[in-house]
Amino acid sequence: MPTRRKPHTTTAARQAGAGIITSRDLLEMYRVMVMSRVLDERIWLLNRQGKAAIVASAQGHEAAQVACVWATDRARDHYLIYYRELTTLLALGLTPLDLLKGFLARDGEPLSGARQFPTHGAHRGVDVFSFSNVVGTQLPQAAGVALADKMRGEAKVTVVYFGDGAASQGDCHEAMNFAGIHRLPVVFFCENNRYAISVPLSKQMAIEGVAERAAGYGMPGVTVDGTDVVAVYEAVRAAAERARNGHGPSLVEVMVERLFPHTSDDDHTRYRTAEDIKGMREKDPIPIMEALLGRQRLLSTEAREAIWAEAKRTVNVATEEAEATPFPSAREFRAHVFADA
Amino acid sequence: MAVKTVIEAVREAMREEMRKDPRVFVLGEDIAERGGVFLATDGFLKEFGPARVIDTPLAESSIAGIAIGAAVNGLRPIAEIEFADFVWPAMNQIVGEAARIRYGTNGTKFVPMVVRMPYGGGVRGGLYHSQTIDVVFAHQPGLVVIAPSTPYDAKGLLKAAIRSDDPVIFLEHKRTYRLVRGEVPDEDYVVTIGEADVKRKGDDMTIVTYGLAVHYSLEAAELVKDEGISVEVVDLRTLAPLDRTTFLESVRRTSKALVVHEDYHTYGVGAEVAATIAQEAFHDLDAPVTRLAGPDVPAMGFAPTLEAEFMLSPEKIATAIRELAAY
Repeated sequence: MPTRRKPHTTTAARQAGAGIITSRDLLEMYRVMVMSRVLDERIWLLNRQGKAAIVASAQGHEAAQVACVWATDRARDHYLIYYRELTTLLALGLTPLDLLKGFLARDGEPLSGARQFPTHGAHRGVDVFSFSNVVGTQLPQAAGVALADKMRGEAKVTVVYFGDGAASQGDCHEAMNFAGIHRLPVVFFCENNRYAISVPLSKQMAIEGVAERAAGYGMPGVTVDGTDVVAVYEAVRAAAERARNGHGPSLVEVMVERLFPHTSDDDHTRYRTAEDIKGMREKDPIPIMEALLGRQRLLSTEAREAIWAEAKRTVNVATEEAEATPFPSAREFRAHVFADA
Repeated sequence: MAVKTVIEAVREAMREEMRKDPRVFVLGEDIAERGGVFLATDGFLKEFGPARVIDTPLAESSIAGIAIGAAVNGLRPIAEIEFADFVWPAMNQIVGEAARIRYGTNGTKFVPMVVRMPYGGGVRGGLYHSQTIDVVFAHQPGLVVIAPSTPYDAKGLLKAAIRSDDPVIFLEHKRTYRLVRGEVPDEDYVVTIGEADVKRKGDDMTIVTYGLAVHYSLEAAELVKDEGISVEVVDLRTLAPLDRTTFLESVRRTSKALVVHEDYHTYGVGAEVAATIAQEAFHDLDAPVTRLAGPDVPAMGFAPTLEAEFMLSPEKIATAIRELAAY
């Protein structure tokens, strides 16, 4: 079983992955990553200005998140995500304005009408469901979503996202066990950033990583470098194809760095060493992606600058519009308790 | 019309809905080969096959969580929690998640699932096969909570629950399963969720109750009849949303109210009913609203003496009736 010490995909996973990443895919993924980074930085700014109540930053997770969406089928698959998924939401088609309305809790926020924390709720156009702050609840729910597809004979994949923290919940075990028994079309996508808020991996599990547990559920488990879009793409692609073809669930664990504290209310200098904090910068997926694109001669300096400038322009315009949007009226706050209300 | 037991009514409701609607399926512990520990799903595996009659691992949280996911994705799961006492591992999925999904997605997603569970005591079930958990769910906005007392109501309400677009907690008092018989129509029908029912007409006082206690209250009303006390019995049937109109109308006429339930006294359904009567019908009352409810001790004992001390009985209710009548 692969471990996190030597992140890699298995040979089987590489062979099963039929998708080919084109140059255009790489550039598009990079564009989403840059947009996510610029937006994320803007949200921190808004938080420090007292305008955004909370931020759970996706910085460090961008490559893994965009590659996972790219390796699946946005038009038909289900995405049950958790709270650190800014890049996933952009990759699925939500706009910076949609997301800024969430962070600023403004009227017309598409996921929950600003009832929930930013990035939480469900979307009428994109099959994304992001509900709870009790970590891990989405895992058995994902098994249920996949069970429904299987019962109807629909070739859809349910991708369920979770962190290393959620992997300690009983719900994680119960979901993987059930999905394994019934060979449900689920991709368990674990974004392992080695910290459950402040608790390090060594105090969360006695093994090297979550993927080792896959064997206990009768499913393949791989650990890949979450800063490598190609590795993540291939691993998820193989898992999704396996699911779609009726061969059951897989566990894909991506090793990433959480470049910022857990949320804007946390201070990671209380529990991460200076060395650790300095070292994690080497795993920033943005320069790693830029190096990859540079090696492939896909990104000139001018093109890179243009992509960043475009992202900043878009986020500036969206910020202005979001800030000009009022908070939602409390008139409808009793709506949607029951079906008829 | 045929005379049926409560468990037969429950079984028929599910079977008929599954025959009619391919989206309906059942999942839970021991429900397939075994047909359920109370045989609620007896014969289902043979008729509907393993895809729609799913024996789950012994893991209640995922039973609820899987039902939520399937419901959000267009199916109509009926989850069985083998005993209500075992629902606690699933509380987070039910109360923390299912109850809030419609609200927290601003109406985009909803959870048309039913969670059935046998509850209540009087069967020598001890600490972990006797629990009443009614008000824990009834307190949470977003959940429908149903607790029928008769075969007619059980079948009609369960069908309504399966067709409902909201998460429904369906509480079946296990002592009524084979003890209570009643006429059940042969044709398709539903009982409307959220409507109480007057099970006995009377003039001197109103008993507001539900579940097994309805039958004990009806027996108690018979016991005091010859003493000249005429008792009306209102069966709430649905605990949430609560039908306040029916018991208020009754109490305005009888001027006295006794709330009876097996669930705990403090913060119980009785508190809500009594507060409603005090606020809405104060000037019609001839006596304080009285509660007869489960004692505030953590659990029902196993020994028959301990169980009897905890449980309601027609005699205990008759005593409470006499005291209130004498006020």
